[in-house]
Amino acid sequence: MGEPKCVYQESRPKDGKCSTKLIKRCQGREKGVTNLPIIEVKDLRKKFGDFEAVRGISFSVKKGEIFGFLGPNGAGKTTTINMLTGLALPTAGEIIIAGQDGIKDIKRVQQLIGIVPDESNLYDEMNGYDNLVFCASLYGMKKARREKRARELLKQFALDDAGNKPFKAYSKGMKRKLTIAAGIIHEPEILFLDEPTTGIDVESARQIRRLITELNAKGTTIFLTTHYIEEAERLCHRIGFITSGEIVKVSSVRALMNEAQQEKTVEFAIERGGGPELGTALLQQFSHITVKQMSPDSIRISAAEEIQLMPFMRFFDECGIVVREAKILRPSLEEVFVKLTGIEISKLKEEKGGGKK
Amino acid sequence: MRTGLAFWSILKKDMRNYYLKPPNISWGIIFPISWSLMFIMRSATPVDVRELLPGVMALSVLFGTTSMLAVTITFERKSRSFERLLLAPISLNRLMLAKTTGAILFGLVNAFIPVLVVSFLVDLSGVNWVLTVVGVLLIAVTSTFLGLFIAVSVREVFEAQTFSNFFRFPMIFLCGLFIPIDHLPFFMQPFSYLLPLTYGVDLLRFAINKTGYLRLGLSLIVLLGYSIGLFTISVHNIRKKWIY
Ligand SMILES: Nc1ncnc2c1ncn2[C@@H]1O[C@H](COP(=O)(O)OP(=O)(O)OP(=O)(O)O)[C@@H](O)[C@H]1O
Ligand SMILES: [Mg+2]
Repeated sequence: MGEPKCVYQESRPKDGKCSTKLIKRCQGREKGVTNLPIIEVKDLRKKFGDFEAVRGISFSVKKGEIFGFLGPNGAGKTTTINMLTGLALPTAGEIIIAGQDGIKDIKRVQQLIGIVPDESNLYDEMNGYDNLVFCASLYGMKKARREKRARELLKQFALDDAGNKPFKAYSKGMKRKLTIAAGIIHEPEILFLDEPTTGIDVESARQIRRLITELNAKGTTIFLTTHYIEEAERLCHRIGFITSGEIVKVSSVRALMNEAQQEKTVEFAIERGGGPELGTALLQQFSHITVKQMSPDSIRISAAEEIQLMPFMRFFDECGIVVREAKILRPSLEEVFVKLTGIEISKLKEEKGGGKK
Repeated sequence: MRTGLAFWSILKKDMRNYYLKPPNISWGIIFPISWSLMFIMRSATPVDVRELLPGVMALSVLFGTTSMLAVTITFERKSRSFERLLLAPISLNRLMLAKTTGAILFGLVNAFIPVLVVSFLVDLSGVNWVLTVVGVLLIAVTSTFLGLFIAVSVREVFEAQTFSNFFRFPMIFLCGLFIPIDHLPFFMQPFSYLLPLTYGVDLLRFAINKTGYLRLGLSLIVLLGYSIGLFTISVHNIRKKWIY
């Protein structure tokens, strides 16, 4: 509890290369994740007129995990959440949630799930406390229990002072926090969060991420959507990449990290530029490498296996090029994502406004 | 019952948030009184106040419920808080009953304000109170469900208002309140008989003054039919349009 078990490296180098430290820290986070699927989705489709927003996606979420849906604007994330929670009716496909039919028995399923939509949907004119108590009553919670829970949550979310202020007087971050509180007041087994940190400031986003990890540590399965790669990486056990209504890959963060470790890159800082012919010469001399001239005084060499430095040092020496520094780099997750999914990172980062990190 | 609790909470919340707000309470009082005074004053001869009562009651209910429900639901849809209700583990039928019960109760109260006023002016003995309550209830239910029907058909709050009036004003003129139906142009009479309010007003006339034209049973059945029909169509449309 407290800090997430896998903490995003705040001191990550600017170019996004990931460090061994992050990879190690990720390995402890699968505690509490079971192998039991709690959400199973098969060939789910949603058409709006002629436009197919979700095109036959299949995936499953294991009990106890944080599963992230990562994708650019308009990918179909919200549409999928809406189908899973009963706000939209699938055109085709199957949803099983906690062993129940998520389409036919949705009302029974809704008792087990909590939903935090991308925009707050509480009552503007009611105060924070009343909003929470009302939401709890929708789930059949008895008076004493719902009042106690409401007070506890206000305290936990540092909103106790705002409890008797009308919701409309809340800041964006406060609204998001109260909406999360309303989503978990009935202690759901599964929590759906649609872009929990979009559009709020850095500090509130951090608090919300901490709350999500704490909830998960207590056993709540979490399904969240985001278009922040760092957020998915920091929070999720597994990530489903969705673009244009299709899932291009579902993978655990750990597997991606391992994949990221597969390719090795060394960056040489050189004193005198070798020009374009240096790259050609390197490729002639060494097989199975790729060469990228980053700037006149920096060159990157990548290979599928461990790169021995000495042969390269000798090579540069023979060419009369002085090497100031040789840095071993690993490709960032971002680069792996682009390679695996074909999703342009810039597209992913197109924001609807607001802060990340 | 679990969903019973949700039902009461929704009803209580709506009462507190909408119906018991001071502007609505005063509207609920001023409006029926104005209607009563208008009727009394426009008549040159001293009118039989009892004759006016059914009409005033019916209009108070109609104006108290239809737009009220249409507006509050459209408002909640715009602010997305309605989604929260759709996401709750409560069946759509029960949810919509909870949403409409508030307006129905508000309509009932509205209807009996003129009765209270009139009771100071004339003797109200001989009124069949049971039938009066049944009549008012049926008018309240049909007008509320008409409001629901309107809410499902519009997106904006102002549209809800306009659309409510689109139904209400023709209804006032065609229901036989100002002009007896058999005095209306021949081609308009069928429309009168399509309106639930026609049957509601007649039922109240019968209950209060024993002067209804239509058969009591017919009025009851038509009103009940309208109630069930409008509710079923509305819930069906909600399922189709809002759970999209
Ligand atoms: N009710 C609707 N009617 C028609 N088209 C819709 C509807 N809802 C969503 N769409 C379309 O479906 C696609 C997927 O939308 P969705 O909201 O699921 O995307 P998203 O991944 O949540 O995007 P964002 O990151 O912007 O929230 C979009 O092209 C959107 O325009
Ligand atoms: Mg979305």
